[in-house]
Amino acid sequence: MDSRTSETVGPRSEDALPSSATSAVKIVIVGGFGVGKTTLVRSVSEIRPLTTEETMTQASVSVDDLAGVERKRMTTVAMDFGRISLNDELVLYVFGTPGQQRFWFLWNGLFEGALGAVVLVDTRRLEASFDVLGRLEESQTPFVVAVNAFDGAPSYADEELREALDLADDVPLLMCDARSRESSKDVLLSLMRHLYSLAMTSEATT
Amino acid sequence: MTPDAEWDEGSPERLYVLTGGRSGSEETGLDLVTLIMARTAPRIGMQPEHESILRVCQSPLSVVEISAHLELPVSIVTVLLADLLAEDHVEARTPVPSLPDIDIIKAVIHGLQNL
Repeated sequence: MDSRTSETVGPRSEDALPSSATSAVKIVIVGGFGVGKTTLVRSVSEIRPLTTEETMTQASVSVDDLAGVERKRMTTVAMDFGRISLNDELVLYVFGTPGQQRFWFLWNGLFEGALGAVVLVDTRRLEASFDVLGRLEESQTPFVVAVNAFDGAPSYADEELREALDLADDVPLLMCDARSRESSKDVLLSLMRHLYSLAMTSEATT
Repeated sequence: MTPDAEWDEGSPERLYVLTGGRSGSEETGLDLVTLIMARTAPRIGMQPEHESILRVCQSPLSVVEISAHLELPVSIVTVLLADLLAEDHVEARTPVPSLPDIDIIKAVIHGLQNL
């Protein structure tokens, strides 16, 4: 921890955006715990990734409680994010958020207006992605699937993965190394190229 | 209902006080990534959280970055920003378009390629 006082809270001066920055877009990285979301964010971000937290009260009934009283528990959900200045005016924010959909309501604004999403997958825990994939399809959020290649994790042929994840043919699937800046950049680019082709297709049909 | 002792550090009450008892932010139209910039300097006598926001927004800063730097939930920051917006102490820059327009997609691709 550094010893900054409240007087100096805020971005470091070298992290300040130019005053010409006028608009911002966002991409969401979703995936289970430990799948490498924050690693990917860190690899591409121009600032040290930041964390924002939201707390919620959750009603829970304790079975052991003789009186059966309803208790409330506080749950804190954290979201890490990073930033990329694309040019003097446009800024891209990249968010990493847990895949469990019971937390998503906390980030009501997260998917709204997002360019799209990257589903980050660990082949050792494919089932952790099922919820997310279903939810994205439902909300018609465009996405790509990136498999973070962990050392020692089983590797599968694309067709096997597509089948296991029940992926539509037009959803891009790629391998990545979230620790690598180039590789992480490629993941974001593959999402953007996917968006581009979707936009071109919809333009062609209207 | 829950005895107060069950609550972690009294944090919800503290946040409730910060916003003057208000919650909900739907009407402000602020997105997580709406860029905020201070229009005025912090003034003595302001609520400390308002003052902190003006301090960190000397250059454009997104709502979610304000939240991270001030260590306050986005929901609270949004309420505080609504106060500052109402009094013209800050400006909220162009909101994110709801549908990505082809020019924005191209700009993002171009920007990423140049990283």
